[in-house]
Amino acid sequence: MTTQNNTTIRMSAVNKWFGKMHVLRDIDLTVNKGEHLVLCGPSGSGKSTLIRCINALEEIQGGTIEVNGNQLGKKGANADHIRRDVGMVFQQFNLFPHLTVLQNCMLAPRRIHRISEAEARDKAMHFLEQVHIAEHGHKYPAQLSGGQQQRVAIARALCMGPQVMLFDEPTSALDPEMVKEVLDTMIGLADQGITMICVTHEMGFARAVAHRVIFMDRGEIIETAPPTEFFGTPRHDRTRAFLSQILNH
Amino acid sequence: MYDFDFAPVFQAWRLLAAGAWATVYISAISMALGLVFGIVLTAMRMAPVAALRSIAIGYIELIRNTPFLVQVFFIYFGMPELGLRLNAMEAAILTMTLNCSAYIAEIVRSGVESIRKGQIEAGRALGMSTPDVYRFIVFRPAIRAVYPSLCSQFILMMLNTSLVASISAQELTYAAQMIDNQTFRSFEVYFVLGAIYLILSQLFSLGLGLIGRTYFSYPTK
Repeated sequence: MTTQNNTTIRMSAVNKWFGKMHVLRDIDLTVNKGEHLVLCGPSGSGKSTLIRCINALEEIQGGTIEVNGNQLGKKGANADHIRRDVGMVFQQFNLFPHLTVLQNCMLAPRRIHRISEAEARDKAMHFLEQVHIAEHGHKYPAQLSGGQQQRVAIARALCMGPQVMLFDEPTSALDPEMVKEVLDTMIGLADQGITMICVTHEMGFARAVAHRVIFMDRGEIIETAPPTEFFGTPRHDRTRAFLSQILNH
Repeated sequence: MYDFDFAPVFQAWRLLAAGAWATVYISAISMALGLVFGIVLTAMRMAPVAALRSIAIGYIELIRNTPFLVQVFFIYFGMPELGLRLNAMEAAILTMTLNCSAYIAEIVRSGVESIRKGQIEAGRALGMSTPDVYRFIVFRPAIRAVYPSLCSQFILMMLNTSLVASISAQELTYAAQMIDNQTFRSFEVYFVLGAIYLILSQLFSLGLGLIGRTYFSYPTK
């Protein structure tokens, strides 16, 4: 059990290798309940890998990860348990193409929480309404735009009642005109107080909702700061170099 | 000049109809069982346990690299020595099932491998178990991806049933051979036989197409 009830995620000395490549180096990170974190950094810096470790999509080779007091075991033991508390939204949406929007949202709750079809449907409709896409419930993913698909993916994750939501570059695969609808959905979610970790380069979003912005480079956390400080007076050269690249274009 | 006379062939229509029915029966059962067994083989072939993979690979290679006729003879004439005594029909269905499952396993595997990793990750991230992920997320899109190959394998298998006439399983080709023996109208008999097979494969195609549209179809980009 956790000693501090306020802590949702605790990563201690987490190390990960892909073969000989050391992709996460001694990551220490504590995320409090209701906190919104934005992770940024150059590509290959390990930010996606970091959040994928939290729900055991990637195995770690050193250190510990604890979610809601449950420690993730070696070889992904306890992973199913942890995944039920952690929702994830992917860059490529990853909706199930053979299921309708509604069925996409109902599948996991029905199989895992063993709730009735009616209950699963009600829950799905509730979250689909929250992301303003309920009217497309009968459609298949291929019949929706990218932005709509991503909003369905958010609703699908919410249907499992997660304590934490992980977003892995949720707007990177979207056409520019669809980025806003997804970000607005995420801002709405943040306003409800759910714990959130978001890998993104949308710095406007970071300014608006993040409590802390984390900058990663080459597998390390270089700098962590509230957005005003992070964007106003970045401490590290690498952070400054990164910010100047993404902000001045 | 040879005088064509189809009348004796058509007079034996009952025999042909019974044979055609037997062909459909053998094929349909073997397809269903072969699909189930083929999926089990696919699961073994892709299992994390090396022993299971080796068994599946060995089996698939064995079946795909020996002639079907030899397999039929082995089951029907060879297995009784080990105490497995089957009548011709049972031996036919068993051999067809064993044979087609190996081919189906390879087709289904390529279907499963065509599914993007993100689909499996999405299921995992939702907390679903591995069996559930494969059953509810991977299965339908995987079958859909290889459905045309699966159908042609089924048709090929239906046509292969003609070989079980060699162990006197009373299917369509066997019936035709009987009529030929009685009438000596070889050209007519085998012409009609070919036509019936053609019609049967068209019917199977239609049926399989219908199943495909009902169960394995959904909008894609």
